[in-house]
This record gives sequence, structure tokens and C-alpha cells, in this order.
Amino acid sequence: MDVSILSRIQFAFTVAFHYIYPPLSIGLGVVLVIMEGQYLRTGNKMYEQMTRFWIKIFALIFGIGVATGIVMEFEFGTNWAVYSRYVGDIFGSALAAEGIFAFALESGFLGILIFGWNRVGPKVHFLSTIMVALGSMFSAIWIVVANSWQQTPSGFKIEGEGMHARAVITDFWAMVFNPSSMDRLSHVLIGALLAGSFLVLSVHAYYILRGKYLEIAKAGFKIALSVATVAALLQLFSGHHSANGVAVNQPAKLAAFEGHYDSLAVADMYILGWLDNKTEKTTGLKVPGGLTFLLHQDFKTPVIGLNAFKKENRPSAVNFVFQTYHIMISIGFILIGLTLLASFLWWKSKLFDNRWLLQIFAWGVVLPQIANQVGWYSAEVGRQPWVVYGLLRTSDALSQSLRAEQVIFSLILFTLVYALLFVLFLYLLNKKIKHGPTDHSLSTEELPLYSKRDNPIL
Amino acid sequence: METILGIDLFTLWFFVVGGVFSGYAILDGFDLGAGALHLFFKKEESRRIALNAIGPVWDGNEVWLVIGGGALFAGFPIVYATVFSSFYELLMVFLVMLIFRAISIEFRSKEPMLWWRKLWDIGYSVSSILIALALGLVLGNIIQGLPIDQNYIYRGTLMDFFNPYSILISFTTLALFMMHGAIYLVMKTENRLFAKLTILVKNTTIFFVLMFSLTSMATLLYLPHMVTRYKEVPYMFAFPFLAILAVANITRQISKRKYRNAFISSAFVSAMLMVLVAVGLFPNIVISTIDPSFHITVYNGASTPKTLKILLTIAATGVPIIATYTTFVFWTFRGKVKLDETSY
Ligand code: HDD
Ligand code: HEM
Ligand code: HEM
Repeated sequence: MDVSILSRIQFAFTVAFHYIYPPLSIGLGVVLVIMEGQYLRTGNKMYEQMTRFWIKIFALIFGIGVATGIVMEFEFGTNWAVYSRYVGDIFGSALAAEGIFAFALESGFLGILIFGWNRVGPKVHFLSTIMVALGSMFSAIWIVVANSWQQTPSGFKIEGEGMHARAVITDFWAMVFNPSSMDRLSHVLIGALLAGSFLVLSVHAYYILRGKYLEIAKAGFKIALSVATVAALLQLFSGHHSANGVAVNQPAKLAAFEGHYDSLAVADMYILGWLDNKTEKTTGLKVPGGLTFLLHQDFKTPVIGLNAFKKENRPSAVNFVFQTYHIMISIGFILIGLTLLASFLWWKSKLFDNRWLLQIFAWGVVLPQIANQVGWYSAEVGRQPWVVYGLLRTSDALSQSLRAEQVIFSLILFTLVYALLFVLFLYLLNKKIKHGPTDHSLSTEELPLYSKRDNPIL
Repeated sequence: METILGIDLFTLWFFVVGGVFSGYAILDGFDLGAGALHLFFKKEESRRIALNAIGPVWDGNEVWLVIGGGALFAGFPIVYATVFSSFYELLMVFLVMLIFRAISIEFRSKEPMLWWRKLWDIGYSVSSILIALALGLVLGNIIQGLPIDQNYIYRGTLMDFFNPYSILISFTTLALFMMHGAIYLVMKTENRLFAKLTILVKNTTIFFVLMFSLTSMATLLYLPHMVTRYKEVPYMFAFPFLAILAVANITRQISKRKYRNAFISSAFVSAMLMVLVAVGLFPNIVISTIDPSFHITVYNGASTPKTLKILLTIAATGVPIIATYTTFVFWTFRGKVKLDETSY
């Protein structure tokens, strides 16, 4: 295999693994602020217990998010040196701002969040919770802005030639508010809220099914359900808005999303389908003219299709893009259905009567996770063959000194250590969930040395 | 060229990057050092206390690495890309060890069995040592220069990194971190462990002073390019002079049992060593051993002045804020370690 494919596999693998954790951290951060806010507002110890429990889980997730994130930052330089030189002037400022404003904020206050219960007052602790939540949202801002610039570059000019060519900033705010950044930022943040709230829903549903910690479990379920319902509905709008943007800025990508080849034709919308890239045909269950309608509010305007682009200028893995995109959308609708149904039952005061619904919620945590993953796959693979859209090709972006053996070596290392990390994550998560929330008002005694009692960080 | 206080933007950002990496050396230095010493503590309770001494801060310390990487990428993308791709294997091992270290810290306290805890103690200590050695090896090779061609492509092999001078720097880094870590731990502990650490502090300091002298001699003898700048601008000799004073002060404070002062001194030494390297290299950052015209300097390796100005604005607003709350966090966790229900 050549270096380019191997590096892409490595980047995709490490970033996909990283992206298991950030959405959970961001979403859970917001839920934690609500929980602890309830505690401060009502003074009810039950909310404190709930918050403490979820902070332990947050710490676990956060720790792994950080560890895997550092890898990402290095990988730009190690594997994509040409790319890094090319975009450094632009991408760098976003990353530096992220480091200074976001990461430092999160990590600084994390210590107090986890270890500070006995050292600071409740108000200061609450402030730390807010800071950590804000910090993780800030980090999403900068990283998504940087990624969006790659998708829809603006506010720059090209300087130099050949190996010395690079993009330089001409207008900082045009770079930050490039055409896709705000749409994608809101989409990513809402996706994170879904991931976080569904994790809480899942664990609390499990407790309710087992008849454990009922008071906490029910109260927490309701908090998370409110967040999830709002987020699921918003996500549809935000996604639709993104799609309209893609239609304007990256028509080849949109055509791949929807499996639309023929530029002269009205575009259909597929619910399910299969693309054959050889015959350039899409088959499946469709709404005739649906895409045209969504984009132009009529049924006759043609939409730019894949065949308007030369083969070397459009994504080749179109079926993959199509499928991942459609999985995301299907999950989006499932989440809307689930949360609306549950909210309706809550309104009817029958929320906890249906075991099967709780059963679904207990497993439902995987749905937003999958949607977040496949959402990125479709956005990133749909961007191919460009790493910076229309400017720099992925195959030209590699480190020139890199050899295949080197990447195989690192890929093996990462596979091993990530496997270990993932096992650790599941083991500890399971342990913490089984252990459940502890009642701290009862236990003020000194701990024995070999205490088996679980501890909050991981 | 635009300047602020008479210093051009490129040089200013070079200070910022240098400052962040010094901060990283100071902060992660002591927790990596504590990790490297971990196996010297024999009793379970000692190990727990040592681990919890760094518990609330090690993760925050690592953020300095993240910020440093970001600052380098932003201000000197060409340096970032060239250095990171050249040191591919070393950095990959470094990254994997960072993760493995985090795994060890977190896994260790999750099961009470002794064999389990011993296993992760070894993982924790070995990874801390390897991280320090890898960092030192990278630094050593940067000081010596790399075979870089006109397109910034590294023309050497992995084995070239393992030259005597870089290996020396590698062990000096380890020695520095061990000393720094021992002094940190001694401030954080009481009773028997404290007594044991006072001995470790002495031994690691001797180890460091030895390595420091060897490194200084080797640099003077074999790397004339690191000395030219000092000869050109004699008042730069203040830096090595201060470094030597600070090293001497560490030993003095230790014999007076003023460990907090010793810690400040060893933090200062860590920073000074970075300054010494930076002054020696300046205005180059990556020296090409193929042809001096291929050197990557703070000027030809940097982003545009416009970006640098944006970056400086970001740093000027962000750093005071970070400094404020970092102080607050350290203040919250001041004092000796007490194990409680929130400990590892
Ligand atoms: C939507 C949000 C998002 C996305 C798309 C990414 N990350 Fe991430 N990252 C976070 C959201 C985040 C976070 C929420 O801030 C993390 C994850 C969990 C955590 O605890 O912090 C984090 C941690 C994290 C860290 C460690 C920071 C620290 O020490 O606190 C680094 C260096 C990166 N990331 C870098 C990257 C890079 C280079 C990415 C792209 C390839 C990337 N992240 C994608
Ligand atoms: C927001 C920060 C991100 C940036 C700056 C970024 C940038 C990049 C870069 C440089 C590559 C390698 C070159 C390429 O193959 O195009 C890439 C590929 C890829 N990224 Fe992203 N990425 C980001 C986030 C993500 C996330 C969070 C995911 C999903 C989990 C993701 C999924 C992928 C995939 C699957 C590839 C491989 C695509 C392919 O090679 O066909 N990306 N991205
Ligand atoms: C409800 C229907 C949804 C629609 C119409 C939709 C639409 C879109 C579109 C058009 C993109 C590509 C944007 C681009 O490439 O610039 C995208 C990406 C993405 N989607 Fe969705 N989406 C939906 C639901 C979801 C859900 C439920 C989640 C997660 C919980 C999710 C997570 C993501 C992520 C993480 C990305 C990649 C980041 C980005 O490009 O914005 N989406 N989505």
C-alpha cells in the first residue's frame, strides 16, 4: 500500500477514535451544568449526588478525549507536512486560539471539578463546572472553524509556488466566518448535545429498569430528555441548513450525498438506495424531485450532478458517502421520533410505565454516536479528492520524507494502544455505572488504605 | 519591518513559543520526573501518595504541550511540519507513551490486587522515563542540526538520531526531570516518605549536576555553532552564568532544607536550559547540515506578519487569564497530600 492510503487510514482511524469522546464531553458538560444548577437552586442533596456521579463519568471520558486529541495535533505535522505548511498561516491561528482559550480553560478547572468537592464552596464548584463546559464548547468552535475553512476556504490568498506555495490570511474574520463554519458548528454542537444527553438517558433508563436509585434516575432522565428533545428537533433544521450550504459551496459533495449523477435532470431524494459508480446509476426507494424541491421549492429545476465534474475532481467513494449520509439522516429522524414520543408520555405522566421504551433508551446511546461518526465520514470523504477544497489535493498534502514502513509501524502502535484504551474505557465505564451514585452525606469517615471504593477520576 | 518595543514580530513569537515550551518543561517536567522515580517507592501507601501528589495537575500540565504545538504550528508552520515529519518514529513512540502513561495512572487504582498495581506502576514509570528520553533525543538533534534539503525534506535515517551528543542530552533531560520531580514530591509529602525523598533529592541532584557539566563541556567542544552567538553578543553570557548560579542554588537550598526555594530554582534551571538552546540557535530554528542556505530561520519559517499579529493579540489576551486561574487552581490544591475519597 502506498503512503497516501496508509496515512489516510491512520488519520481516519485516530480521528474517528478521538471523536467518540468529544461529543460526549461537550454534551455531558452542558447536562452537568443543568444538574448542578438544580442542586444550587433547590438545595436538594439528590441533585448533588447525581452531579457527583456524572462528574466521575465525565472525568473518564474527558481524560481519554485529551489523550487521543494530542495525537491529532501531532499528526498534522508528522503525516501531512505539506498540508501543514500550506495552511499553517490560517489553520494555525485557529489551533493556537483553541489551545489558549479552550484547552487551558477545560483542563485548568477540571482539577477543581473532580478533586475540589472538599476544597471549594458549592458556588465556586459550580463556576468550575460552567468553565469546563464552556471550555469544551470553545474547543469545538476553533476546530470546526479550521475544518470548515478546509471545506470552504475564504479570506485568503495564495503565495509562492510548488513546494513553497501556501495560503495566507487576508481577512481574519472572513476566514473565521467562512461560508460553512457557522452551519457546521451548530450542527456539531447539537450533535454533541445529543450524544451527551443520550448517554445520561441510557444509564438512567438502565437504573429504572433495574429498580435502582429510582429517585435520582427519574429526575436525571427528565433533565436529559428535555435536552435531547430540543436538540433532536434543532438538528433537523441545522442539518437542512448545512445541506443548502453544501449545494452552493460543494456541489460535487451534495451530488454524492444524494446519489445524483445527471446534471440536466431534476434531482430525486432517496430514502434508501445503492450507487453503482461504474454505470453511474442510483437505485432505491425515492421521492421523485425531492431534492430539487428542498433546494429550489419547485419540481423542475435541474441540480448539478456528479457528471458535471471530471473524474479526478469528484469523490470516488460515492456509495460510501451516500450510505453514511443516509444513515445519519435516518438516525436523525429516529431520534426525533423517540424523544417526541417520550416527551408525550411524560406529559401524560406515563413516562416510566413502558419497559420497552426504557429498554430502547438503554441501548439508544449508540445512535447519536453512530450519527456523529458517519456524519463526519460523509463530510470528509465527500470532500475528496481535495484536502483543501479546490486548492490542494489530498495526495499532494503528504509529508514527502514519509515511507510506508514508518506509517505501518505507527498504525500498529496506535491500534494496540487504542485497543487497550478502549477496553479500559468500557471496563471503567461499566464499573462506574454498576457502582452507581454514592450517598456522600452518609460517608464522612476516613477511608481505609486499600479501599475498594471507586474514585472519581476514572 | 514592523516591530513592537524594538523587537520584530517574528522574534516576539519565537519568545512566545520558547516560553510555552519552557513552561511545559517546568510543569510536565516535575510530573514526568515523579513518574520516573516511582519505582523507588516500595510501599503501597507511598506510591499512592506520590501518585496523588501529581493527581490534580498532571493533565493540566500536559496542556502546555498542546499549546506549544499549536503555537509552533501557528507561528512557524514550516518548522512544525519539518520537525514533526523528520522525527516521525520518535514522536509516535512519544505519543503512544503519553497515552500509555495515562492508562497506567488510571488503571492502577481500579483493582486492589498487588500484582495488578505493581504491573501498572511499572507501566507508569517506564513510560515516564521513555517520554523524557524521547524529548531529550529530539532536543539533542535539533541542537546539532538535521540533514534537511531545500524542500524541507529530511534526508537522514532513524539511526542518525541516536548519536552520542543527542543521547547525552537525552539523559540530561531525564536527570533534570528526576531532580525536579523529587523536589516537587518532597514538598508534597510527610514522615517516612518525606525522609526517603530527601535522600532521593540529593542523589538525583548529583546525577543532574554531573550530566549538566558533561553536556556543557560537550557543547563547548563539539558544537561551535552553539557558541558563536554568545561570542558575538557578550552580554548573552548572562544566561549561562544565571543557569550555573541557579544550579548551585539548588544544592544550597537543599542542604538548607528549603525545598520550596529549591523547586523554584530547579524550575528556573529548566527554563534557562531552553533559553540557552534558543539563544544558541537564533535566528535559526532548524539547522540544515546539508547546506547553510537551507536553514529554517524565524523569518523564512514563519507565518505572515499579519497572522503573527493576530497570534500575538490572542496570546496577550489569553495568557493573563490563564495565569490567573492556573494560580487559583494551584492555590486550591496547596499543601501536603492527604488521601481522601476523591484520590487515586
Ligand atoms: C466537536 C469537537 C471536536 C472535534 C471535531 C475535534 N476535537 Fe479534539 N477535543 C475536543 C473537541 C473536538 C474536546 C471536547 O475539547 C476534547 C475531547 C474531549 C476532551 O476532553 O477535550 C478534545 C481534546 C483534544 C486535544 C487535547 C486537548 C487538551 O489537552 O485538553 C487536542 C490536542 C485535540 N483535541 C485536537 C484535535 C484535532 C487536531 C482535531 C481534528 C483533527 C480534533 N481535536 C477534533
Ligand atoms: C475538525 C477538525 C478536523 C480536521 C482539521 C480534519 C482534517 C482532515 C485531514 C487533514 C484529513 C486527511 C486528509 C484527507 O484524507 O482528506 C482528514 C481525513 C479524514 N477525516 Fe477529518 N478532520 C477533522 C475532523 C474529523 C472528524 C471529527 C472526523 C470523524 C470522526 C473526521 C473524519 C475523517 C475521515 C474519515 C478522513 C479520511 C477521509 C479519507 O481519507 O477518505 N475528520 N481530515
Ligand atoms: C436530521 C437530519 C440531518 C440532516 C439533514 C443532516 C445534514 C448534514 C449535512 C448536510 C452534513 C454535511 C455538512 C458539510 O459537509 O458541510 C452533515 C454533517 C454532519 N452531521 Fe448531520 N444531519 C442530520 C442529522 C444528524 C444527527 C442526528 C447527527 C448526530 C447526532 C449528525 C451529526 C453530523 C456530524 C458530526 C457531521 C459532520 C460535521 C459537519 O460537516 O457539520 N447529523 N449533516
